[in-house]
Amino acid sequence: MTPVKCYPSKPEKVYFFGTCLIDMFYPEAGLDGIRLLEREGIEVIFPEDQTCCGQPAYTSGYHDEARAVAAAQLGLFPEPWPIVVPSGSCGGMMRTHFPQLFAGSDREDEAGDVASRVFELTEFLVHVCHLTLEDRGQPERVAMHTSCSARREMGLAETGPALLGQLGEVELVEQARSAECCGFGGTFAVRHPEVSAAMVDDKTQAIEAAGAEHFVTSDCGCLMNIAGRFEHQKASVKGEHIASYLWRRTS
Amino acid sequence: MSARDAILKRLKERSDGPLSVPESDFSVVTHRGWILEERLERFERLISSVHGEVVHTTSSEWTRALAQVLQSKKIRRLALGRDHPVAAEAREALVDAEVELVDVDRDIESWQREQFETVDAGLTSTRGGIAETGSLWLWPTADEPRQISLVPSMHIAVLDAERIEDTFFDVIENNAWAGGMPTNALLISGPSKTADIEQTLVYGVHGPRELVVILRHTEEVI
Amino acid sequence: MSVQSEPVQTFTPREFHRQAHDALGNPQIRSNFRKAMDGLMAKRLDVFSDWDLEVLRDLGANIRRRALARLPDLLETLEANCQANGIRVHWAEDGEEACRIIRELCEARGAKAVIKGKSMVSEEMHLNEHLEAAGIEALESDLGEYLVQLNRQTPSHIIMPAIHLNTDEIADIMHDKTGIERTRDADAMTAAARLQLRERFMNADVGISGVNFAVAETGTLCLVENEGNGRMTTTVPPVHIAVTGIEKVVEHLRDVPPLYALLTRSATGQHVTTYFNMISSPRKPGEHDGPEEVHLVLVDNGRSRIYQDDELLDTLRCIRCGACMNHCPVYTRVGGHTYGTTYPGPIGSILMPHIMGLEATKDLPTASSLCGACGEVCPVKIPIPDLLVRLRKESVGEGRGNVPGAGTKRSAKEAVAWRAFQWLATHPSAWRGGTAIAGRLRGLTPSKLGPWTEYRLAPKPAKVSLHALVKQHKAKRHQAEKDSEEKQS
Repeated sequence: MTPVKCYPSKPEKVYFFGTCLIDMFYPEAGLDGIRLLEREGIEVIFPEDQTCCGQPAYTSGYHDEARAVAAAQLGLFPEPWPIVVPSGSCGGMMRTHFPQLFAGSDREDEAGDVASRVFELTEFLVHVCHLTLEDRGQPERVAMHTSCSARREMGLAETGPALLGQLGEVELVEQARSAECCGFGGTFAVRHPEVSAAMVDDKTQAIEAAGAEHFVTSDCGCLMNIAGRFEHQKASVKGEHIASYLWRRTS
Repeated sequence: MSARDAILKRLKERSDGPLSVPESDFSVVTHRGWILEERLERFERLISSVHGEVVHTTSSEWTRALAQVLQSKKIRRLALGRDHPVAAEAREALVDAEVELVDVDRDIESWQREQFETVDAGLTSTRGGIAETGSLWLWPTADEPRQISLVPSMHIAVLDAERIEDTFFDVIENNAWAGGMPTNALLISGPSKTADIEQTLVYGVHGPRELVVILRHTEEVI
Repeated sequence: MSVQSEPVQTFTPREFHRQAHDALGNPQIRSNFRKAMDGLMAKRLDVFSDWDLEVLRDLGANIRRRALARLPDLLETLEANCQANGIRVHWAEDGEEACRIIRELCEARGAKAVIKGKSMVSEEMHLNEHLEAAGIEALESDLGEYLVQLNRQTPSHIIMPAIHLNTDEIADIMHDKTGIERTRDADAMTAAARLQLRERFMNADVGISGVNFAVAETGTLCLVENEGNGRMTTTVPPVHIAVTGIEKVVEHLRDVPPLYALLTRSATGQHVTTYFNMISSPRKPGEHDGPEEVHLVLVDNGRSRIYQDDELLDTLRCIRCGACMNHCPVYTRVGGHTYGTTYPGPIGSILMPHIMGLEATKDLPTASSLCGACGEVCPVKIPIPDLLVRLRKESVGEGRGNVPGAGTKRSAKEAVAWRAFQWLATHPSAWRGGTAIAGRLRGLTPSKLGPWTEYRLAPKPAKVSLHALVKQHKAKRHQAEKDSEEKQS
C-alpha cells in the first residue's frame, strides 16, 4: 500500500526531472510542466546533467546497469527542494525503487532522501501548489488515462482528474475499464508485442466509445502507445500529456 | 535421509537465516457488537441470498413447522438421528405423519445406495449460526452422521436463534474449538451450487438442492 | 463413458508466444475470458465494499508470514497432531515421489477407481496421468474439472477450471462424451453430471482431495468449496488421501477465519462458500460414516528452495484465490492455457519458474506490463510485480542465482545494449549530444520498428530536446527579466 504522504507547503524552488522519454520525444510536455510551476511563483531548477531514472534497465532485470544510471542522478539534487517528475512511472521508480536499489550500500541514505522528495507533477500541482485553473479553451470532451504506475505505485488515481475537473469547458468522460493497463509496460510492448497490441486496441476503443475527442495522460509511455495506436488507425482522437493540455487551455 | 528429514533440514537451515515472527491483531474479524435482532436480520439476509430458506418458529412449536415443511416439499422419506433432542422430538411429533423416518444409526456400508437413491431429506441439529456470513455450523456425530446433511436432496437444519454468533472467528474462540476438534466440523451456507458452466449459477450439483433452516425463537416474536 | 480415450491437449510455457498468438486470434477465448474476468472483478469489488479490506489484507499477510516464519516447527506440530488424531502423514520431495506414495496407498487397498476433489497440487504433479498409467482411473468430480477432463484438457484457471469454455462448447462435451441428450440448459447439464458422478462417488475406492489450510494446532485439514464434491470425496469412499504443498500450514485455528474470508471474497466475490469442511480424523469407533483411513501427503516440489530466499519467500504466502489472474490484463487477453503451466497468470509466473526452471519458463516473468493490478488485489499482499522483476533479474544472470536456470536468458547482444544504455545515461554530455543528433536525424526514423509499428505509428524524436528547450526558455526569461528591470530603472 502507498504510505500516506505528508505534503510540504509550497516551496520557493523545485527541481524538475524531465525523464528521458520527454527529453527525446515530448519536450514540449516537459516545458509546459515547468511553465505551470513557474506560473505558481516557483523557481524551477533543471539539472542539466539529468538523463534517465534507469527504469528500462530495472524492469528488464539489468539492475547493475540501472543502479549505475540511478547513481548518476542521485547527486543532481543537493538542496532540499522537492523533485517534480512529469511521469508516474519515472516518479514511481525514483520513489520506490531507488531505495531498494541502494539498500545496504553507502548511498542508501542519499537514495532515501531523493526518494522522499519525489513528487509526480499532477500530485505536486494538486497537493502542494493547490493549483486553481481558469479554462480559456473551447468546450471539449476529454478522457484521462492515468498510468498504472501513477495509479498503483504512487497512489495517484485522483490528481489528474481533479485538475481536469477545474476546467469549466471540459467534460471529463470515463472510458470503460479506465483502471486497466494500456499495454505499454516499457519493454513489455517489445517482448510481447501481440498481447500489448491487443491491450492498446481495447484501450483506444474504450476511449472512442466514451465519446472523447481528446485524451490526456500523465505518462509519456502510455501517450506514445495510445496515441501511436490512434494515429495508426488514422482516428481523430488526439492525445497529449496533461501538462501540455492544462497549459494550453489556461494560458 | 528420508524425504521428511531432508525437507525439514532444508527449512530449518534456511540460508537467509531465521525469520522474525510477527504478532497478529485479530480485531478486524471480531467485535461486531451486533444485537440479537441485527444478527438475525443479517443471518437471514445472507443465507437467503444463496438460496437458503429460513422458516421462523418457536422452541415449542417447531415440530409443527417441520411437519409443514415436509408436507409442502412432499418429503416421503426423512433421514434423522435418534438421541439428539431435535431428532427425538421430531420422531415423536412425526409418529403419525405420512413421512417415513429413516434411521441413520447404522454403518453407511449397509445402506449407501439406499441413502443416495431413496432418501428425500436429511434432518439435523446445528451447533449454531454465524451472522456475518449466513452460515450454520455442524459437528456431525454418531447420532447425526456426516452424510445426512450432504447426500439427500434436501437438508433441513434446526437452529436456535440465540445460538447465532457474530463471526466465524467468534464461534471458534467462544466455543473453544482449538481445545478439541471433532472428526468433521462443517460450515454450511446454502445448498450446494456451481457456476462452472459459463458463470451460470446452478443449485444442487453434488450436495443438497435445497437447504431449509428451521429457526427456533425462544418466544413468540414472529 | 471413458475419459481416457484421447491424449490430453498439452500446452507448454516454451511456446508462450505461439499459444498467445493463437488465443488472441480466437474470438471465443477472448470473449469467454473477458466476460468472466469482468464479472469476477465486479463481484469482488462489491463483496468487499462493507469490509475494512486493507486491514483484513494486512492480517492475512501477517498470518501467512507468521506461518512461514515457523514453517518447520508447524509442519512437525501438524504431523504430530494429525497422527495423534489417526491421520497418517507422508512426505514427498517432489511430485514424482508424491505420485508414487499415492499410487502405493491406492494399490494397498486394491483400488481401481479414484474420485478426486479439486486439487491444484495434484495437477502440478500430474497425478491423474500417473494413476492412469498404473491402471487406476482417476475421475475429477468438481464440475469444471470434470468437464475439462472429459474434454481432455487441463484447467485454465485455478478456481474456475472450465472458464475457457462457453455453454455451447460444454453442451457439446456433455453430449459427445457422456451421451446425454443435447441441451444447452445449465440446470439440465448439471443435473446430468450430478447423476453420473453420484454413481462414481459410491463406487470409488479412494477419494483424493487438496487442502486449503492445514491447521498445525489441531491437526485439521480445511477444504473450501461450493459444490459438495469435496465433502463427497472426503466422506464417501473408504479412504481419503489429502495432498498439499508444505506451505499450506497455518499455526492456529483462529488463523483460519481471516484467510477464509479473504479467499472466498477475492476468488469469486462470495461472502462465504457453501461448505467449509474441516477434517481432523478418520471415522472413529462408533461413528457410522466417513473414511476408515485418512492420509495427508505433504509435497515440497521446490517450495523449500523458494523458502531459502528472503525476497522469494513471499511467493509461498499464496492462498490460491486466483484474484491476480482475474485482474491481470494479460491473462484476460490470452487465457490460462497460453501460459502452459499448472498455475497460470501472475502467480504462475512467479511460482512456476521455481518448479520448472527459468529456461522452460523464460517468457513468463516478462509476460506482464507490471501494471500492478495483481499486487493491488492479492489478499495476502504478495508483491507480485517486484517478484516478476526479481525473476527477470535472475533470468539475465544479475540475481542471486537462487532460481533454477538462473542466467538462462542472458544474451551477449542484450547485455551489450544495456551496457551502452548505461554508458550513455551516465555521460550527460554524450546523452545531450545523442538526443540532439536524434532530433536532427528524425526524418530518418524508420517507419517500421518491428512489431511496434504493426499496430502503432512509430514515435519520432523531437527536433529539439527538453534540455535544449529549457535552455532557450531560461534565456528568454532571463532576457525578459533584464528588460523589465531596465524599464523600471
